Amino acid sequence: MIDLEPVATPGAPLARRNPVAKLAAAMVFTIVLVATLDPVAPAIAIAVELAVLPLFGVRYRVLARRAWPLLAAAVGILVTLVLFAADRSGPVLVEAGPVLVTQGVLVTALGLVLRMLAVALPGIIVFATTDPTELADALIQNAKAPARFAIGALAAFRLVPLLEQEWRMISMARRARGVDAGRNPVAKLRLFASTAFTLLVGAIRRGTRLAVAMDARGFDAGTPRTVARRQRFTRADALLVLAAALLAGAALTTSILLGTFRPLIG
Amino acid sequence: MSGVVLRGFGWRHGGRKRWAVRGVDLRVESGERVLLLGASGAGKSTLLAALAGLLPEDSGEQEGTVEIDGLDPRKARERVGVVFQDPETQLVMARSGDDVAFGLENRGVPAEEIWPRVDEALRRVGFPYHRDRPTAALSGGEQQRLALAGALALRPGLLLLDEPTANLDPAGAALIRHAVTDAVDADTTLILVEHRVAEALPLVDRVVVLEPGGGVRADGPPDVVFAAHGEALAAAGVWVPGHTVPPRHATAPAGDVLLTADRLGLPPRLAPTDLRVRAGEALAVLGPNGAGKSTMALLLGGLLRPGTGTVTAAPELAGRDARTPPHRWRAPALARRIGSVFQDPEHQFVTGTVRDELALGPRRTGQSEASVTATVDALLHRLRLDRLAGANPYTLSGGEARRLSVATALATAPRLLICDEPTFGQDRRTWRELVDLLAELRDAGHGVVTVTHDADFVAALADRTLTLDRPAGSDEPDRPAGSDEPDRPAGSDVPGRPGSARRPVPPGRGAGAP
Repeated sequence: MIDLEPVATPGAPLARRNPVAKLAAAMVFTIVLVATLDPVAPAIAIAVELAVLPLFGVRYRVLARRAWPLLAAAVGILVTLVLFAADRSGPVLVEAGPVLVTQGVLVTALGLVLRMLAVALPGIIVFATTDPTELADALIQNAKAPARFAIGALAAFRLVPLLEQEWRMISMARRARGVDAGRNPVAKLRLFASTAFTLLVGAIRRGTRLAVAMDARGFDAGTPRTVARRQRFTRADALLVLAAALLAGAALTTSILLGTFRPLIG
Repeated sequence: MSGVVLRGFGWRHGGRKRWAVRGVDLRVESGERVLLLGASGAGKSTLLAALAGLLPEDSGEQEGTVEIDGLDPRKARERVGVVFQDPETQLVMARSGDDVAFGLENRGVPAEEIWPRVDEALRRVGFPYHRDRPTAALSGGEQQRLALAGALALRPGLLLLDEPTANLDPAGAALIRHAVTDAVDADTTLILVEHRVAEALPLVDRVVVLEPGGGVRADGPPDVVFAAHGEALAAAGVWVPGHTVPPRHATAPAGDVLLTADRLGLPPRLAPTDLRVRAGEALAVLGPNGAGKSTMALLLGGLLRPGTGTVTAAPELAGRDARTPPHRWRAPALARRIGSVFQDPEHQFVTGTVRDELALGPRRTGQSEASVTATVDALLHRLRLDRLAGANPYTLSGGEARRLSVATALATAPRLLICDEPTFGQDRRTWRELVDLLAELRDAGHGVVTVTHDADFVAALADRTLTLDRPAGSDEPDRPAGSDEPDRPAGSDVPGRPGSARRPVPPGRGAGAP
């Protein structure tokens, strides 16, 4: 199931902030983290992210459900790196037959995995608490994004859930025609490709029809657009971005003071 | 408010040899209401697209002139509103009110005027919900009413309706017709394309018939046009009122049971239902939207695993596989026994040409190359697809694609054929061919199951009907007053015609309803 709907409790103080402010805060916060390879700064960042979660009106259980593919990937990467990374520096922690885990490899692997989680979580939180229509409105009104792009993407986005349904119908229609792959992996791959092609043809046709319908209602006709739903970028929104910058800076400073800071470059 | 003048107008799409429409001289005065008719391929939709200003100059070749209030339609777009056929692809926004506001924003209407105009347009079309209602939660008929509101909010002088009810069930189609009657101002010029003439006539005062080769064949008040040209128009595929099709019911009693459904269901889409499908019988499955008719077709067709109950195929249908349920058969075995025709023909196309498309099933089921060729040639001829044998299936018109999708299901000569809404949006000629074809199959001893909303089709073909009801506890769409399709009792199994009582009527009941 493709799950893209916002899940926040309406009225949560930070969920209500301007979508562009939320997006900017998430970007500021994560860009700082990309600059370092150590595990401490991302660990602090994750702690901060989890601490502000209630202010966004997202329950921890809901976040876990949304983020589980990410968690699974994180565990996978951690195990792979610990077992197979070439770097075997530092004191030996575990030695069991061919398995050799040293402090150096553990620190590097943890740093990478924590960084991945710390960078991904803000994005998940923003999209879990933001209505796509409001995001498009704010991008146009507050970030001066072209309406052609923002509204076009929004309209296309609305057609995404249809694709899943369409895939099932096409697969069943193929079976009705006597086409199946059985256990043959090559035939399976070919069937997958041809189903995907049919899906693509249908999606392009639907997209074209939608574009014509939008044209017919004067979209992108050169007339300056007005806006029915006003999005405001207030002082509270600016504060949110500022707070994100300060918190990220604090995480980095802590890492430097503890001596764990390892810059990405240099 | 707007007048239309066409002088010798013609349009040829880029890369095509044939003119889509040609030699049209027509004058529509402000406030007139015109029904535009013509057989499939006469260029009705192209003409509407030209009037809507949706044919860019570089996308084809134009002949003659077309003017709205003296202007090129591409420069008069602000005066024209359009409602298209497909509800899914003309709604842009996630919330109903936002969708109506979309056009107003594009036209630069001042922000403070937008919401009053949105509310007014929604009220005029009788939209039954708050403007925050998600567009995805609306039924097809409600989505089309919303699309109409979106067009009316722009206060067009000319309103173009391109088969706005073709994809809707009868209740949804009635909603749209009522909305057009009530909501369109008396001084708005209206041009409507619609296959189902009888239903459209109350909306119009003039009928214009396009000639497929070019030009206007007939023009005038509906009764005058139909008195003079009714016979010829009906033969050309137009649904002329009063020209009914003779029914084709079974002449012999139904044969053995081919397929038995025992408390078959798939929660929450279909409530448990009992059903028997017999050889030599045409069974129609009816019911409102959301009753699970299409799900029933997929379950009977061995394409979905049942959620409750079982589907059992008789040895006569299943041969050695009679102990396994159809949804576990291998695909080639399934295609030889049960053919399925989907609502959207394009879902079924697998190859690059019409000929390969027809040959696919027979090849898959292991026929010799000579017998494949014979089967394909016979079907091409039978369904008037000879000239299209080399064409790509995706380039076919609606009627051609429908004929091809039925032909592909028949190519493997299945004993049982299951069709989902085969007559949706078809012109009268294709419609008659479908009735004749299915009747022939039935008379040759095949079982035919049709899921349909089309009352005429049921009257013409069905020997027995099964009416499904919405599963208990399903999210029932609200029906505003004026909906003209009374629900039948749950799962009632009624004879399709007088005299069918001499045939044993199997017990069909929708046990899911309280």
